[in-house]
Amino acid sequence: MILCKVLGTAVSTRKDAQLQGAKMLMVVEVDARGEPLAKGTMIVIDAVGAGRGDVVLVATGSAANNTPQTAHAPVDATAVAIVDTVSSGGQVLYSVGGSI
Amino acid sequence: MILGKVIGTVVADARVSTMGGQLLRLVQLLDGRTLEPQGGIHVAADVTGAGDGELVMLSSGASARKAGNLRDAPVDLVIIAIIDELAGAAGVIYRPAQRGATA
Repeated sequence: MILCKVLGTAVSTRKDAQLQGAKMLMVVEVDARGEPLAKGTMIVIDAVGAGRGDVVLVATGSAANNTPQTAHAPVDATAVAIVDTVSSGGQVLYSVGGSI
Repeated sequence: MILGKVIGTVVADARVSTMGGQLLRLVQLLDGRTLEPQGGIHVAADVTGAGDGELVMLSSGASARKAGNLRDAPVDLVIIAIIDELAGAAGVIYRPAQRGATA
């Protein structure tokens, strides 16, 4: 899984039937400190109620379908958890609310 | 599978129900020839109880969910083994001191 920061949301009215009711987030991958990497953005399905500024755990591939919201949806990336802290070597690198 | 080093922990209380209480570890992927970082930081589920600094083997994709009781979990990267020794043509590349002592 990768860590991503939620930059915004995407809205669509014409979409695959299995996407009805799905909330879509625009995210960018971040490092362990929550700082964006020099990569493009991606759209992920929100399965945890994340919002702008949150760092989320994104599961990709078939793992993205292992949530109640996405079990039958044609999606390949889902936000499955909202990150509280990332720590390494006894040091907190990211803490929710600390680096937004 | 790929090699990585456990470098930390991710805490995330708000999570999808299918994730359960799965432990989440921060891992740095490594090149097995040099043990130098290769690729970025990833978050992996762990079924081995690996500790910080340990060299581990990771499985990715749908196959990774054959580990533990992860069949229905939304995880795409799992620590499936702790490496005790890694060797190449020139000999031992990696053998942690304490594990080597008990082996």
